[in-house]
Amino acid sequence: MIHFENVGKRYAEGGEALSGINLQLDAGEMAFLTGHSGAGKSTMLKLIGLIERASYGQVIINGKNFSKLGRRHIPYVRRDIGIIFQNHKLLNDRTVFDNVALPLVIAGQPHRDIQRRVHASLDKVGLLDKERMLPLSLSGGEQQRVGIARAVVNKPPLLVADEPTGNLDPALSAEIMNLFAEFNQVGVTVLIASHDIDLINRMDKRVLVLDKGRLIDGAGEQGEVLQ
Amino acid sequence: MARQATRRSPRRSATRVTSTDAVPKRGTSTVRRPRGKGWLRGYFKGHFQALFLSLGRVSRNPLSSLMTIAVIGIALALPAGLHVVLKNVQGVSAGWEDAVQISLFLNQSIEAAEARRLVEKISAMPSIEEVVHVTPQQALGEFRQYSGFGDALEVLDENPLPNVLLVRPIKEASEPLMVELLLHELRSLPSVEMAQLDMEWLKRLYAIMAIGERGVLVLAVLLALAVLLIVGNTIRLAIQNRRDEIEVQKLIGATDAFIQRPFLYSGLWQGMLGAVMAWLLVTLSLWLLHGPVQQLSLLYNSNFSLGSLEPVGILVVLVAGGLLGLLGAWLAVGRHLRDIEPT
Repeated sequence: MIHFENVGKRYAEGGEALSGINLQLDAGEMAFLTGHSGAGKSTMLKLIGLIERASYGQVIINGKNFSKLGRRHIPYVRRDIGIIFQNHKLLNDRTVFDNVALPLVIAGQPHRDIQRRVHASLDKVGLLDKERMLPLSLSGGEQQRVGIARAVVNKPPLLVADEPTGNLDPALSAEIMNLFAEFNQVGVTVLIASHDIDLINRMDKRVLVLDKGRLIDGAGEQGEVLQ
Repeated sequence: MARQATRRSPRRSATRVTSTDAVPKRGTSTVRRPRGKGWLRGYFKGHFQALFLSLGRVSRNPLSSLMTIAVIGIALALPAGLHVVLKNVQGVSAGWEDAVQISLFLNQSIEAAEARRLVEKISAMPSIEEVVHVTPQQALGEFRQYSGFGDALEVLDENPLPNVLLVRPIKEASEPLMVELLLHELRSLPSVEMAQLDMEWLKRLYAIMAIGERGVLVLAVLLALAVLLIVGNTIRLAIQNRRDEIEVQKLIGATDAFIQRPFLYSGLWQGMLGAVMAWLLVTLSLWLLHGPVQQLSLLYNSNFSLGSLEPVGILVVLVAGGLLGLLGAWLAVGRHLRDIEPT
């Protein structure tokens, strides 16, 4: 599902954010991406979300080689990747329902399907009763769950989350992580960037460790746990 | 009906199969680039949504939208109004073509009898409506009456005025070119000393009106450019206001076409509503001018009444407004939408 082959990213301002990354994440796997601030977690997720392009090497996601992808095709590739952001990136002037419906509207889904699928998605994250509310009237945890509902509403095969529990208390964080585990159980590939070591250890999943732009652990075998 | 039903049914059953599970499925994505038969319907649906979304945005911001629309309205009303004025002037002067008249001054030596023969000869020409013979005696009488030099004329031994024929061509021969030909023909008659077209001033008026028409055209082009810039700037601001929204839409897979559609429709709405405003402004102005113009035409014993913007003109203003709005939006969208990329 995610395949990195000798991938590096240099920024014009100087410095190499990622260098020589080799990574294979199979379909249906769930993994955590961890490391210190500035180790390259965000850059790696940006490469997967096609927000940035690699300076060298091959990024192949869901069978598509990103280095050969034209600008025109980017939107269609992004529809197959559910991205969850630390700052939620919700539209604050639209209701929860409209926010979650947006990916379906963008994909031109029939109106009947949109309503049904948005309700199913909101039900999954436990926010069905808040569909008419505006995002800003919800708590941080609830906003994050709206973001998750939006990411999964069009059933992408890959979910990517950038610090999804960044601003949440431990109990809420665990709840969110369990939600991701549930999606993984039905076959969705999940990659979560996080620096919450305790939580990661408790989840007992594969852990990728980045340090100064290099992948120092978890690249090869599956099921490896950070000690 | 039947065809529609058969086309729809497979899709319905397909949705029923997937409707049970709310969670994503392994390795498959149900959302794909629309293709095939449903593509056209999806295309129109997308446009329909954008159309109402943009209308909603215009109505949610009534004051700023109204200001933009008013500016566009004024910009479009100026050339449209001047066009109406010009058309009216042309309508008035068209009536004056009937009054085209050629004065033939005959040689002094021509006697009254010969002059009468000439009248008959000219009257027989096909392009002549009427010939009036003014004898030297009549002319002198008129001169005495109107000039105020009556006493001075007493001093003269004999009448210095020649026979004059006033020739009026038929309506079909009253166009400048035809009159010119007729004038040439009459001038070449042996007994004619001098032939004078009394409507030189009409030609000058036409020339002035031609300048006016060209002026209106130039003004219209300039103001169309202004409308383009106004709409372009409004849309640019709208894009900047929605920067975050555009970023999020791009992040979750919106195409450029999807994002730009509402902006293009806002441009179209603004242009068209501006055109409606222009039409109202022109109508209002003409209504305000109606009274004074009526008074003036009464003083000239004319039954002239001010004409308004003709239906074709209204259509032209509406279409021009809509197109300019769309074009302005398109230019702004093309320039500014690409710059916004998620980071």
